[in-house]
Amino acid sequence: MHELSVCQSLLDQVNTIAAEHHATSIEKIFLQVGPLSGVEPELLQSAFPIARADSIAAGAELVIQQMPIQVRCKTCHAETAAKANRLLCGECGDWQTELLSGDELLLERVEMLT
Amino acid sequence: MCDTCGCNVTPGNKHLVEANGKLAWVGKGKTAVDVLQGLLSENDHQAMHNRQHFDKHQVLAINLMSSPGAGKTALLEATIEALQDRYRIAVIEGDLETENDAKRIRAKGVTAIQITTGTACHLDAHMVHDALHNLDLSKLDIVFIENVGNLVCPASFDLGHHRNVTLLSVPEGDDKPAKYPVMFRAADLMLLTKTDLLAVLDDFKPEKAEQYLRNLASEAPVMQVSSRSGEGMQDWLDWLDQELATHRARIQNGEIVRPAIQSDGIRLHATANSPTQHHGPTHRHE
Ligand SMILES: Nc1nc2c(ncn2[C@@H]2O[C@H](COP(=O)(O)OP(=O)(O)OP(=O)(O)O)[C@@H](O)[C@H]2O)c(=O)[nH]1
Ligand SMILES: [Zn+2]
Ligand SMILES: [Zn+2]
Ligand SMILES: [Zn+2]
Ligand SMILES: [Zn+2]
Repeated sequence: MHELSVCQSLLDQVNTIAAEHHATSIEKIFLQVGPLSGVEPELLQSAFPIARADSIAAGAELVIQQMPIQVRCKTCHAETAAKANRLLCGECGDWQTELLSGDELLLERVEMLT
Repeated sequence: MCDTCGCNVTPGNKHLVEANGKLAWVGKGKTAVDVLQGLLSENDHQAMHNRQHFDKHQVLAINLMSSPGAGKTALLEATIEALQDRYRIAVIEGDLETENDAKRIRAKGVTAIQITTGTACHLDAHMVHDALHNLDLSKLDIVFIENVGNLVCPASFDLGHHRNVTLLSVPEGDDKPAKYPVMFRAADLMLLTKTDLLAVLDDFKPEKAEQYLRNLASEAPVMQVSSRSGEGMQDWLDWLDQELATHRARIQNGEIVRPAIQSDGIRLHATANSPTQHHGPTHRHE
C-alpha cells in the first residue's frame, strides 16, 4: 500500500486549487474512496497528518466518504450492489458486469479560507 | 513494508514519523514531507511518458506481478529460451535487495536492468523511466518488467506498460483472486504457474481459481504453465505473439494500448476541479 504517497499527491492537487483561489488556508478536504481503489481509508487518515504538515492544509480535516460497490449487468442491465471479491449481478448472477462505482480515489471538494 | 510509500504508517506508530518524530527520516536531512513528495499523480504522468518511449519504438511492455516466489523469473528464463531467436527481448528486474534475478536473466544472454527498490514494495513509473534510459529500445521487441513480489502495491502503479500478467502459483491456493481483488482485477492474463505440482497438490482446483477471477468480472484468459516441465508454455508464447501483433497494429492506427484495468480506472487520481498541474517530464526524447 502507498497511502502516504496518495496523501502527498492529494495535497499537491489541493495546493494547486488553493493557489487558483488565492486561499489563505484549507479547512476541509473531501475525498471519495472505493474498496477497489487499492487504498485503505484508515491508513489514509493516519498518513494525512504527516503529509499535511507545513502545507497550506496544515490545519485541514480530511473527510473520507466510503463509496459503495455498484455494478451494471451486461446481460440483464440491472444495477446492483456487490462485494469487492464478488462483482456479480445481483439480479441474474452473471459475472459479466461493469463497475459503476467502487474504485474511486477522487478529490471531491475542498473547503478553504480566502 | 515500505518507507517510501507509507504502508507501515499505522495509528500505533505514526507519532514516530510525524514531522519531529523519532523516525522522521532525519538521516536524509529533510523532513518526511520533503522526502516523500507526490508519487501518484506524478507517477501517472511519468507512466504516460514511459508509454510514449515504448510506443515510439513499437516495443511491447509486459508487467509481471505475483506473490514472492510464484515463478516470475523462472517463467522469464523459459520464455527467453523459447523466443530468443525470434524476438529481441530485455528485462527490467524489480527486487527489494539482491541482483540475483538480473544475473539469472543475463545468463540467458539478454540485457537485464536491475532496479533495487530497497524498502519499497512495488516499482513505480520513475524507477522504470530510469531503467529505460539504460535500454536501447530501438533494438528491442518486448520488454518484460518483473515487479516486486507482492500482491498488494504493484497493482496501483501504472508503469507505462501495455499488459499486466498476474501469476498465481498452485502452492499458494486457488482462492488468491478472492483475497486480492485489486491485484487480480488488474490482470490482462492470469497464469497458473508450477502446474507440474498439481499432481501432488490435490486441493488446488484450476477451475476454482478461474471462477474466483470471473467473480471479479474479469474476462482475462487463464492459462496453466510449468516453467519446469514446459507444459502449457506454448499457450503463453502464442498469447505473446498475438499481443505483439495487436500492439503493433494499434500503434500503426495511432491507438494507445493500456493494461485493461487502467482504461476504466483512468479517472482515478483525477481532480474534481481541473486537469492536474504536473511538473511534467523534465526532458524530451527524440
Ligand atoms: N515445481 C516448480 N517449481 C518452480 C517452477 N517455476 C519456479 N519454480 C521454483 O519456485 C521458486 C521461485 O521461483 P522464481 O522464478 O525465483 O520466482 P519469482 O516469482 O521470480 O520470485 P521473486 O522474484 O523472489 O518474487 C524457485 O525455487 C523455482 O525453482 C515450476 O514451474 N515448477
Ligand atoms: Zn506499498
Ligand atoms: Zn444480470
Ligand atoms: Zn524473481
Ligand atoms: Zn524519458
